[in-house]
Amino acid sequence: MTDDAASLARARVDKTRIDLVLVANMVEQNSRVLDVGCGDGALLRLLMEERGVDARGIELSQRGVNDCVAKGLSVVQGDADTDLANYPDDAFDYVILSQTLQATRQPRKVLENMLRIGRHAIVSFPNFGHWRIRAQVAFQGRMPITPNLRSSWYETPNIHFCTIRDFIALAAEIDARIERGVALDRFGLPLKRTAPWFWNLFGEQGVFRLTRKG
Amino acid sequence: MSMLPTSKSASRREIEAPHSLVVHFGADRPLPLDAGSLLAPLTIAYQTYGTLNSDKTNAILVCHALTGDQHVANQHPVTGKPGWWQVMVGPGRPIDTDRYFVISSNVVGGCMGTTGPASVNPATGRAYGLDLPVITIHDMVRAQAMLIDHLGIDSLFAVIGGSMGGMQVLQWAASYPERVFAAMPIATAAKHSSQNIAFHEVGRQAIMADPDWCKGRYLDEGLHPTKGLAVARMAAHITYLSDEALQRKFGRKLQARAAPTFTFDADFQVENYLRYQGMSFVDRFDANSYLYVTRACDYFDLAADYEGSLALAFKGTKTRFCVVSFNSDWLYPTSASRAIVHALNAGGASVSFVDIETDRGHDAFLLDVPEFIATSRGFLDAAARARGLPPPAAVVAEPALVVK
Repeated sequence: MTDDAASLARARVDKTRIDLVLVANMVEQNSRVLDVGCGDGALLRLLMEERGVDARGIELSQRGVNDCVAKGLSVVQGDADTDLANYPDDAFDYVILSQTLQATRQPRKVLENMLRIGRHAIVSFPNFGHWRIRAQVAFQGRMPITPNLRSSWYETPNIHFCTIRDFIALAAEIDARIERGVALDRFGLPLKRTAPWFWNLFGEQGVFRLTRKG
Repeated sequence: MSMLPTSKSASRREIEAPHSLVVHFGADRPLPLDAGSLLAPLTIAYQTYGTLNSDKTNAILVCHALTGDQHVANQHPVTGKPGWWQVMVGPGRPIDTDRYFVISSNVVGGCMGTTGPASVNPATGRAYGLDLPVITIHDMVRAQAMLIDHLGIDSLFAVIGGSMGGMQVLQWAASYPERVFAAMPIATAAKHSSQNIAFHEVGRQAIMADPDWCKGRYLDEGLHPTKGLAVARMAAHITYLSDEALQRKFGRKLQARAAPTFTFDADFQVENYLRYQGMSFVDRFDANSYLYVTRACDYFDLAADYEGSLALAFKGTKTRFCVVSFNSDWLYPTSASRAIVHALNAGGASVSFVDIETDRGHDAFLLDVPEFIATSRGFLDAAARARGLPPPAAVVAEPALVVK
């Protein structure tokens, strides 16, 4: 059993969310973490139980927030686009945004705020450069629908898709250094090859840890 | 003639000799008031439930709302009704009296045994009336701190309260951060809005317009401005309910009649209901006390003591917060709670925030709203684990019960 699978089993995380374990593994033990868009709190729990983290969350859906708080997690109802501005500089070691960047109104501002509030930002997002998506647009001439991205264009909450290359370019633009990066295949497992073009074509998701330059 | 005391004499009795524990502070231990004077002597009437552990780490202070009192989880000595928060406080409840030592005291300015305008002013031998200095939320909290000192408790496991009780929670967390491990301000605000003050002013004017108020000296005359106080209660009661809840409960239904009477009788059920609320209130509450507690809320603006920044009030706090609002509460709306949350985030505090969906308005915090109960339980259980308090006995015993 790999370390990831072991900690996954221990933490009873949904097996389809192996990306959560990858994100958790980018976080130091006993650090302070803010999870933006924490959903039902699966990552917060994983971080608290496996890495002894002081974990807080923000979640847009009231249902998710209430579930989290009833489980004893420290979560507030809020919006990544508007509520990150209220947090002071350097309040956290890590600010995490998993599978949410593409649903924000101002991804660049959100990312900048994350790097202001935290020493590190960890972002996971669906890669719009994946060959299956490219093929759907190229050959069917339709907006793509994949197992990861199931919504039709007219009802999707995902309004700001990007490719892995786009994300790397944005990181450079906002003066962020990429500390670690990994692309995941359709099963959520890391791709063996690490060339950026390979990631951009075969990665279904990108997971990156950023920090401020200088 | 019945030998039972009337409600009116029962409520008078609670002022002088309450059915509660009491602690007296003499002239050597005056309460410094925001109004600038010292209040002495001071009596605090309080109730406790459960047992204080040997480390004195399991005490929860429950702060009551405007017209609430210390009778949180026992039969009320005047009305005979159950305690006002029995859905939350008791064995196996979120504020579990099998695990925690629960304290609740009547606020200064109240009328259930703690010093208030109906108490005897030792300088005159008559009731204080309006000679009692105006009391603030901070004064109430200072008095509670004196009680907590008296009980030998350094640090409270939690301070919890709704509405005006929530204001006290916020004041506790700001004034005594090291003495509050966890804080639950519910359906409250960090300052009274213009609309809040306006509604309170309507209530006060109703009381003062009643000829039986006698410029506040009604007790000397053996009177009580019941008409004014009832109107004040009726107006306030509307603010505790949502439009939807009133509509659902009463709509335009008529009261025990088939058609309108074309008079000013209580034709509508909602009129009858409000009249009942007003009339039953005056049996248990002192009119001057109503002036004092409403004034205390109006003066509340926590940020004002911290250079106008609520975030500064909570800067660097280690207290764990759980802020709760109800989406149909228009008295202390969700936006007021959200402002508290933003300040707590800016102050770097550990905070949870839930907005509970219900159509029951401000009063929802007093009612059995399952999502609210679950939230409270989750927050307090997690805080208890962080505090190192043992889990509930039932959980410890569970493995023994799982016998196949």
